[in-house]
Amino acid sequence: MPHGRRQFGRFAAFWFLLPCLTGLFLFSIIPVLYAFWISFTDWDGLKPIDPQAGVPAFVGLDNYASILASEEFWRVLRNTLFFIAMYIPLILAASISAAMLLNRPYRGVAVYRMLFYIPVLTSWVAGALIFKSILSPEYGGVNDILKLFGIRGPGWLYDTDWAMPGIVFASIWKDMGFFALIFLGGLQGIDPDYYEAAKIDGAGAWHRFRHITLPLLSPITFFVIVICLIFSFQLFPQVMIMTDGGPYGATQVMVERIYRYAFSYFKMGYASAFSFILFAIIFVFTWLQLKLQKKWVHYDA
Amino acid sequence: MLKRYAGPVLFHATATAIAVMVLIPFFWMVSTSLKSKGALTAVPIQWIPEEISFEGYRKVFEVFPFARTILNSAVVAVMTTIVRLAAATMAAYAFAKIRFRGREALFALILATMMIPQQATFIPLFLVMKELDLVNTFTGVIAPSIFNAFAIFMLRQHMRTINDAYIDAAVMDGAGHRIIFIRLMVPLSAPILATLAVIAFMDAWNDYLWPLVMLTEPEKMTLPLALSKLSGQYATDYNTLMAGSLISIVPIVIVFLAAQKHFKAGLQVGGLKG
Repeated sequence: MPHGRRQFGRFAAFWFLLPCLTGLFLFSIIPVLYAFWISFTDWDGLKPIDPQAGVPAFVGLDNYASILASEEFWRVLRNTLFFIAMYIPLILAASISAAMLLNRPYRGVAVYRMLFYIPVLTSWVAGALIFKSILSPEYGGVNDILKLFGIRGPGWLYDTDWAMPGIVFASIWKDMGFFALIFLGGLQGIDPDYYEAAKIDGAGAWHRFRHITLPLLSPITFFVIVICLIFSFQLFPQVMIMTDGGPYGATQVMVERIYRYAFSYFKMGYASAFSFILFAIIFVFTWLQLKLQKKWVHYDA
Repeated sequence: MLKRYAGPVLFHATATAIAVMVLIPFFWMVSTSLKSKGALTAVPIQWIPEEISFEGYRKVFEVFPFARTILNSAVVAVMTTIVRLAAATMAAYAFAKIRFRGREALFALILATMMIPQQATFIPLFLVMKELDLVNTFTGVIAPSIFNAFAIFMLRQHMRTINDAYIDAAVMDGAGHRIIFIRLMVPLSAPILATLAVIAFMDAWNDYLWPLVMLTEPEKMTLPLALSKLSGQYATDYNTLMAGSLISIVPIVIVFLAAQKHFKAGLQVGGLKG
């Protein structure tokens, strides 16, 4: 009978796949090919497309060349790297700490887990508005709390040096619960016998963390770092709502630029080329991480 | 004696400290939403408003079709969830239980599309929607969710664990694929479907970039869009903005709390039985 079933109703597969394949072609493959062509033209996104009349005009690699030659592109890249340099160490420290707390066998852990997760449920727009308000230099809560410790808080989103740290601050708050749950899953997979054996050998808490927890957590850490890098290049709502790219372009990032070029400056060809550069960067990071992974990740057999 | 309590005390002290840091922004949101406009710039700062004012809540509905916005968000989120899950469940069934030529290659292609970020494709997707005349429609906002690689992947992994003996028995009884799918596979996938439904609903409820590109008329906007539009027009009326933010957060927290039990079970099913 199993052999009979294999042969049965093979054409049904087509009907079951039809909705998803329509979506795949219409909303994934065709748009990417379409935009690839647009990225070699000077189209403004408004004029009706008419290849006979030369609309849009083919400009070859001009869009790509002028993006890579622009001071703006490199500034935007620097801004993103500045974000990554602060965000990744902080989010790893925060979410691993939170996960280790949530892994303790005390009562009330479920309540803390829920509380840590609420920012993840919040939309980025609402979260960004909350932080815009609480980071207000004069009337915001953060600088008021800093005052308690005798610290004069910075101008945050109005200060070219502090706007990006402000965005990092909001992003840590928003994402910690998400990554903490991922790390918690990793911690729960570690065999308690390792810790028992280490204790018997007289290893202290720091030693156990450094030589058992961290190495055994490295596959998850690797996964989290890749996701964080990808998140970082996709930075958008927090920038749009909190700073609008300012002050003086200090928080301009790629997706924000792509959106602006397409829908404010009506340079659809340029924006499409920018999209493909972003795609290439994300792709390279993913690939690089997959390569490096083999060198430093310990998989528990 | 002292040592026995040191562990729990240290635990609760640290966990509470983190929880307070996480919750301060929410406390700030609630407190600010209940301030009058004058109290927003009062020095010293009023962490608890001296006078409770509902000015912000009144204004958010006055200056914007905000009630309409809530309804729009609900429609978009529910429809996105239905469309995404229906199409993904059907595709997952074909990938898990029907043998056809090119199945593995097609599945690999679908997995490969997970590498393409939405942020790199929203422009071409917009251009396609423009060709289809779907700009400024809910259909245009919802339609792309008919293809979701993650949902297909999770459901297919789950369905592969369902014993073929069930299907063989149904075939013996003369059932076709349609009956097997509806009567057998969908009910047996309920836990993972519940998880994916919560994820889809949250994605759609909170999404910003795609609706921002697609919807430009205030009457059609979803909650995140309305909030961003308001923050452009009333940049300093934080009582209004915080009232709107609070209204946008409450439903999603309720949905999550209600679904949490299914959510966890579903995640384990999807995650462990690879």
